[in-house]
Amino acid sequence: MGRASSKEDVGALFRSLRSAYAATTLNLKIIDLYVGFAIFTALIQVVYMVMVGSFPFNSFLSGVLSCVGTAVLAVCLRIQVNKENKEFKDLPPERAFADFVLCNLVLHLVMINFLG
Amino acid sequence: MAAVANMPVSDLLKSFKLKTKQQELLIRVSILCLVYILAFITRLFSVLRYESMIHEFDPYFNYRTTLYLTQNGFYDFWNWFDYESWYPLGRIVGGTLYPGLMVTAALIYRILHFLRFAVHIREVCVLTAPFFASNTTLVAYFFGKEIWDTGAGLVAAILIAVCPGYISRSVAGSYDNEGVAIFALLFTFYLFVKAVNTGSLAWSLASAFGYFYMVSAWGGYVFIINLIPLYVLVLLITGRYSMRLYVAYNCMYVLGMLLAMQIRFVGFQHVQSGEHMAAMGVFFLMQVFYFLDWVKHMLSDTKLFQAFLRITVTCAVAVGTIALGLGMLSGYISPWTGRFYSLLDPTYAKDHIPIIASVSEHQPTAWSSFMFDFHILLFLFPAGLYFCFKRLSDATIFIVMYGLTSMYFAGVMVRLILVATPAVCLISAIAVSATVKNLTVLLRSKNKGVQTGSTKGSSSSKASSKALLDQSQPFQKNGAIALLFGAFYLLSKYATHCTWVTSEAYSSPSIVLAARGAHGSRVIFDDYREAYFWLRQNTPPDAKVMSWWDYGYQITAMGNRTVIVDNNTWNNTHIATVGRAMSSYEDEAIEIMRSLDVDYVLVVFGGVTGYSSDDINKFLWMVRIGGGVFPVIKEPDYLVNGEYRVDKGAAPKMLNCLMYKLCYYRFGEMLTEYGKPPGYDRARGVEIGNKDIKLEHLEEAFTTSNWIVRIYKVKPPNNRW
Repeated sequence: MGRASSKEDVGALFRSLRSAYAATTLNLKIIDLYVGFAIFTALIQVVYMVMVGSFPFNSFLSGVLSCVGTAVLAVCLRIQVNKENKEFKDLPPERAFADFVLCNLVLHLVMINFLG
Repeated sequence: MAAVANMPVSDLLKSFKLKTKQQELLIRVSILCLVYILAFITRLFSVLRYESMIHEFDPYFNYRTTLYLTQNGFYDFWNWFDYESWYPLGRIVGGTLYPGLMVTAALIYRILHFLRFAVHIREVCVLTAPFFASNTTLVAYFFGKEIWDTGAGLVAAILIAVCPGYISRSVAGSYDNEGVAIFALLFTFYLFVKAVNTGSLAWSLASAFGYFYMVSAWGGYVFIINLIPLYVLVLLITGRYSMRLYVAYNCMYVLGMLLAMQIRFVGFQHVQSGEHMAAMGVFFLMQVFYFLDWVKHMLSDTKLFQAFLRITVTCAVAVGTIALGLGMLSGYISPWTGRFYSLLDPTYAKDHIPIIASVSEHQPTAWSSFMFDFHILLFLFPAGLYFCFKRLSDATIFIVMYGLTSMYFAGVMVRLILVATPAVCLISAIAVSATVKNLTVLLRSKNKGVQTGSTKGSSSSKASSKALLDQSQPFQKNGAIALLFGAFYLLSKYATHCTWVTSEAYSSPSIVLAARGAHGSRVIFDDYREAYFWLRQNTPPDAKVMSWWDYGYQITAMGNRTVIVDNNTWNNTHIATVGRAMSSYEDEAIEIMRSLDVDYVLVVFGGVTGYSSDDINKFLWMVRIGGGVFPVIKEPDYLVNGEYRVDKGAAPKMLNCLMYKLCYYRFGEMLTEYGKPPGYDRARGVEIGNKDIKLEHLEEAFTTSNWIVRIYKVKPPNNRW
C-alpha cells in the first residue's frame, strides 16, 4: 500500500509541478534558465575542485561565489519582476533590472580582484 | 506715525512666516546641526587641557601605520613587513591589521591637502574619532526615523551624541578602531533595515558595502554577521517571511562575504570559521524555505505538497547536519576562537588563556559601570522595549534583538558596553519620544476638545467623547505638564552627568599624567614621552628594547626603536619569554636577554609618584603568563601566604628577581614622603624590603624626572678575566 501509493504520489507530484510551471510567463522562464545555468557552472567547478584539490583557494572561492552570487541575484530579479508578488507591484521592472545589473557589476569586479 | 511704522514691520514678519512643514524642517535641520557640533566639541576636553596628542597604547600603532601609509602609499602599506617589532620574528603588518581606520584617516588627510589645508597627519588622527562620532549621530537620526518616526530619530541623535558609553572610546586623541567601527556598525544596520523595509537590491548593495567597511575597521564585525542571521531566523520563525527579506539578506550575504574576504586579515574565515557558520546556515535555510514556498504556490493540491515537504525537509536537514558534522570533526571548520568563546563562557579565559584574562577591559561589568555609562538610559531601555513590543514591525524586531543581545554581551565584558550604546540610545529614544508625544497630545487635545465642543456642536462624536474624557479627569492637563517638566528635568540631568563623566573620567590621555600639587596647582608628569624621546636621541638606531608588552606600540611609534614584544600579543611564547626574563634572577635573565639580542630594558615604576599602573603591580601577570609556558616559573614562589608583598616580609625570589631590582635600584636612598623612611614605596604604601641592590649585568641608562620610566643598558659580556 505504501510503496505503490508513494510512487503514484511522486508521479502525480511531478505531473502537477510540470503543468503548473508551464503556465509561467516567458521572461520568468528565461530567468529560471539563467539560474539553472549558473548553478550548473558552480557544480562543475566544485567537481573540478574535488578532483584536483583546492589550491589556490581564493580562485576557487571567487569562481563558485560568482556563480552562486549571480544565481541569487537573478532569483531576486525574478521575485521583483514577477507580477504575482503584491509587495513589488509598485516597482517598475526597469528599475529592478538596473539594480540587478549594478549588483552583478559589483559582484564581478570584486570577484576579479579576488581571483588572484 | 508710530502706527504707520509698525504696519510695514508686521507685513515684513508676515512675509517671513513659513508654512508649518517648512517650519518643522527648519527645526529638524537646526537641531541636527547643533547635535552634530555638540557631539564633536564634547569630545575635545583633553585637547583643550593637555595638547593635541594620541592617547593610550593601541592608537600609537594605528598612528604609526597611518604615517607609513601617507608616506609610502597604499601598495607598500598593504605589503608591509615590520621588522621593528617582535624582534627577531617581525610582524606581517599588512596581513594582520584592520585597514579601515588608517585608510579613512589617510583619505581625509589627502582631501584636506587637496583643498590646500596643510595639516599634519597627527591632527587628522586625533580628530578622526570625534568627526565620526558626529556622523554617527546623523545615522542614528535616520535609523530612528526608520524604526519609529522623526521625533525618535532626533532624540536618538541627541542621546548618542553625549552618551558616555560611546564617548569613552571616541574622545579626541583616542585613535582606535572603535571610533570608526561604531559608525560603520550603525550604518550597516541602518542600511540593512532599510533594505528589509523596501526590498530593494540597491539598499542591500549599500548594506553590503557598509558591512565591508565594518569588516575593514574592527574585529567586532563578527557581531554583525551573527546578529543579522539570528534576526532573519527570528523573522522566519515568527512568520514574517516576505520576499523583501529574501532579497535583502541574500544580496547582502553574498556580496558582503565576497567583499569581506578582500581584507587579508579576515581571509577565508567566512567559509572556514565556526563563528561565521550561522550566516551560511541561514543562507541555505532561506533557499530551502523560499523553494518550498514557491512549490507550495505552484501546487494546488495540499496533500501532494505535504509529501513533497516531508521529502525535501528530511533531505535538507540530513545533508546539512552531515556537512556540518564532517566539517567540524575534520577540523576544517575551526571552532570558536578564545576571544569570542570567552563571551559565551566567561570563565574560559581565566583558566585557559591568561593573556585575554589579564586585559582590564575584558573583565565582567559591574552595575556601577552600567549606571556610569548609561545613566537614565538604563531605565528608559525597558520602557522602550515595551513600546517596541506594542508596535511590532520588521524594524522594531531588529532593534529589540540588537538591544537584548548587545546588553547581554555588555554584561560579560566591560569593553562591549560600547557596542550596546547605540541600541540603548535608540530604544530609549523611542521611549522618550513616545511618552513626550503622548503627553503633548494630551495637552493639545484638551484645548481643541473644548473649542470644537463649543463652536461646532454638530461635529463628530470624537469631539463629544473628548469632551467627556476631559470632564472625567479634570487634572489631566496639569498632570501632563508636571510629567513633561519631570521628563525635561531628567534629560537635563542626563546631559549634565554625561558632560561631567566625559570631563572627569574619559578625557585623560594616559600617557601624560596630571595630579594636584601641594597648593592645588596642577602638576603634569610627562615622563613617558621624556623616556621615549631619550631613547630616540641617545641610543643607536638598531637598538632593541625589552619591556612588558603594554609599552611596545609607544616605544616603536615615539622612540623609533625595535621592541621584543608589543600590544599585538600574537605570540604568547615570546611574551612568556619576556615574562620569564623579568621574573628570574639576574643571572638567568641575562642569558635570555643575550639570546634575544636585547640592548635596553625599560620598566615603569610608580613608587615615587604613587602611580599605580606600574610594572610592579602588573608583575603577577608576568609571572602567570611566563609560568603558563615555562613551568620553572611558579607563582607561589613570589607570594607570602598567598599575599603579594614588596616589603621586608616578601618572598626571597620576589626580592631578588630582575623586575624588583630594576624598579627599586637606588630607590633605597630616596626620600619620597615627609615623615616616612627612605625607600618608602608610595604606590604600595610600604617600605621596600631590599634596599641595597647591586646590578651585575645591567647598568642604569636613564631615569625620568619623576622616576616613572627607568631604562637600563645591558652590559656586553666581560672579558676573560
